[in-house]
Amino acid sequence: MLRLFAPVAFLASAVAAQAAEVTSFTLDNGLDVVVIEDHRAPVVVHMVWYKVGAADEEPGVSGIAHYLEHLMFKGTDELEPGEFSRTVAQQGGTDNAFTSYDYTAYFQRVASDRLDLMMEMEADRMRDLQLDDRDIATELRVVQEERNQRIENDPGALFSEQRDAAQYLNHPYGRPIIGWMHEVESLELEDATSFYERYYAPNNAILVVAGDVDPEHVRELAKEHYGPLDPTENLPERVRPQEPPQLAERRITYEDPRVAQPYVIRTYLAPERETGAQEEAAALTLLAEVLGSGQTSELNSRLQFGTGEALYTSAFYSGTSYDDTTFGLVMVPAPGVSLEAAEAALDRELADFLEDGVDPEQLDRIKTELGAALIYESDSPQSLANRYGRALATGLTLDDVEAWPDILDRTTAEDIMAAARDVFDRNRAVTGYLKAPEDAPQDAASLATVPDATEVTQ
Amino acid sequence: MIRTVFAAAFAVLAGPALAAVEVQEVTSPGGIDAWLVEEHSIPFTALEIRFVPGAAADRDGKRGAVNLMAGLLEEGTGDLDAQGFAAARDELAARFGYDAHDDAVSVSAQFLTENRDEAVDLLRRSIVEPAFPEDAIARVKDQVLSIIARDATDPGAIARETFDRLAFGDHPYGSPVEGTAESVTALTRDDIEQAHRDTLVKDHLYVSAVGDITPEELGTLLDDLLGDLPQSSDAPLPADAGWNLEPGVEVVDYPVPQSVILFGHEGIERDDPDFFPAYVANQIFGGAGFESRLMDEVRVQRGLTYGIGTYLAPMEYAEVVGGQANSANATAAELVDVVRGQWGRIAEGVTEEELADTKTYLTGAYPLRFDGNANIASILVGMQMDELEPEYIDTRNDLIEAVTLDDITRVAERIYRPDDLSFVIVGQPEGIDAD
Repeated sequence: MLRLFAPVAFLASAVAAQAAEVTSFTLDNGLDVVVIEDHRAPVVVHMVWYKVGAADEEPGVSGIAHYLEHLMFKGTDELEPGEFSRTVAQQGGTDNAFTSYDYTAYFQRVASDRLDLMMEMEADRMRDLQLDDRDIATELRVVQEERNQRIENDPGALFSEQRDAAQYLNHPYGRPIIGWMHEVESLELEDATSFYERYYAPNNAILVVAGDVDPEHVRELAKEHYGPLDPTENLPERVRPQEPPQLAERRITYEDPRVAQPYVIRTYLAPERETGAQEEAAALTLLAEVLGSGQTSELNSRLQFGTGEALYTSAFYSGTSYDDTTFGLVMVPAPGVSLEAAEAALDRELADFLEDGVDPEQLDRIKTELGAALIYESDSPQSLANRYGRALATGLTLDDVEAWPDILDRTTAEDIMAAARDVFDRNRAVTGYLKAPEDAPQDAASLATVPDATEVTQ
Repeated sequence: MIRTVFAAAFAVLAGPALAAVEVQEVTSPGGIDAWLVEEHSIPFTALEIRFVPGAAADRDGKRGAVNLMAGLLEEGTGDLDAQGFAAARDELAARFGYDAHDDAVSVSAQFLTENRDEAVDLLRRSIVEPAFPEDAIARVKDQVLSIIARDATDPGAIARETFDRLAFGDHPYGSPVEGTAESVTALTRDDIEQAHRDTLVKDHLYVSAVGDITPEELGTLLDDLLGDLPQSSDAPLPADAGWNLEPGVEVVDYPVPQSVILFGHEGIERDDPDFFPAYVANQIFGGAGFESRLMDEVRVQRGLTYGIGTYLAPMEYAEVVGGQANSANATAAELVDVVRGQWGRIAEGVTEEELADTKTYLTGAYPLRFDGNANIASILVGMQMDELEPEYIDTRNDLIEAVTLDDITRVAERIYRPDDLSFVIVGQPEGIDAD
């Protein structure tokens, strides 16, 4: 097929259009501020990203970062419990928050003339949270129900927790973000308040404002509301326990009668995006696309369309991480193919790929798509805000964020193959099988006993 | 408590300044209607197409045919096989999505201005001239069968399937759009072509476009893209689904630590004169966000769940007022009691403060939905399916403001009937027997 336009030129214009709309500054107390302008609709997304997450927890209190995120919706010295969200709703806005290993973020989406009020309230709860015993006990039950819903009820999620724990012997990425249930059950107010007081401070936060706003106006409002807040003195350096050398391949098999579709998944320890040195992460990002993204990817071409041994394959890598991350491969075998045979097929095709190298036409298509993604993403200020917030909270700079598209575009097929040869080391990998036990009923649906007639008990 | 600080702040805030969403009604030279919002600041266009009905048009014994057909649209056309089609689409950096629900087959597309004609032609070939090759049918069937198998062990999917089956029986609404392992296995290429002829026709079509395109360009695009589809089909329209779910509690015994709980009964039609009071009542009772009565009673006060919500679902062939929550097996019975109690209380009416707060939320939140080309296109096509006019965007908040306490009491009494309420619970809830 004829090439319709040159991906390189296309990338450059997209980046230029986007770079013009982003401004940044830092307040005297250390708060970093990023403003992303989009004047199409009178809407603003106001986000505060704290550079602290589940991987910054002390051993024994797993889940405290996430529990604190819930408690942030309780009261302050100026707001009653629940009043924060109620106020946002009364303004027609929505608010929420999320916790990850490396960050905890709070956001509101409101009409842009409500930014002042959002900043007033968010600045208030950065330093003046007030918790009472009843609130925190009830909220702990809510968090346990959240864990039940996300993890305990889902064999795939339980399997994922076990794999992470096997991947990281020493680094806290081996603990679940939401926490182990036995530790979540016994979290206490003091655990939350000491975590809060240390880490929730302007010099450990990034403010991202995206939407129909003027950067100068944002600066004035930020100075007014966030400017007076005291930084945390002697903020601890962000150093987590690192992994010892991995000396042996790790393998786990998780069996659960609720598994209807078995699969094999392997994750290799892999470097993350480093500030000023994102080249290897760029090569791994493209490697994941080459191997596992879409109908024309290497794994799908070989295993789904070629040999027919796979129902589905994928490769994944998320380089935006504070410490070493993982590169993963997953294969759902076609009916009649065992997990052992699936793994052998995956390894066979991986070895062939390392011999054959990258298909240049496929790489062109991937780069074209990545360039267009910048145009499509500019349709959503919220996803732009997320991209900046996530990068800055994991140790990258604005320069890194803006350089990233060019670095991806400059990455060659040779770079990708070199990264592949480095990362695919079985001695840095965890291979997992998820399956039902051998003696499980043939028909998985029979696990659920549905009464024939409607039974009424209440 | 310094609440006055923020109370004072409210007073100075008038309604938000709204960006005008200027909808143009476009009719192509060939007679295809569409709604358009021009937005030239980003060089791409979002296009949304709906064919109605969707999977509800499945013929007797062919459940899953429309869903499988929709999944096969991108799996080959003319000289392009599945991978050839994907490569052609990726070279254009276009994004196409195909999906089937009971009420519509949806096609969503985003494409760049610089290669719009090529992208539209490729999209046309997938919609108008899909090849449905046998090898793709076999492959996609296996993928659908895998989804069916997975849903059979997923407590949320079991709950949904059970609720719908008991409520709607043999009507298409009574089963998942994917069909059963048996029905999907038996589908032939003829069945898939039949599903294509039954659903993808011009008589049953809604279109919206938002982005870097003029009305004239859109008119040409519509004829190029859809002009070659047949005008109509001879598929019989589905009948009304009725309602067969008995009041009470149905337990599906399943070994999970947390029960999945669905509840509801028959609801209210979208064109009912009392739809807006019902909509406001639902928001107060169990609507989105943290402010609803149920969220407060069940989560905030008692910690029984991570999330609980209710909805009005005015579908084409049935109406439901329903909700969902999850709770540990030990507390599921308490959650059911609280929901049942609140279901009765809402019928007694709401307070003036609840009504005022909810109106402020709903009227303030409405303009915030119109954010981004893809979002706006999706809203516009939904409005057409609801038989609304473009002017509705300007009058909708007035309809919310007009709702009175008396309206709420009248409609709540009518649509929240605790004696009719049914619960379907998947799990091992304590104190509620499965048998």
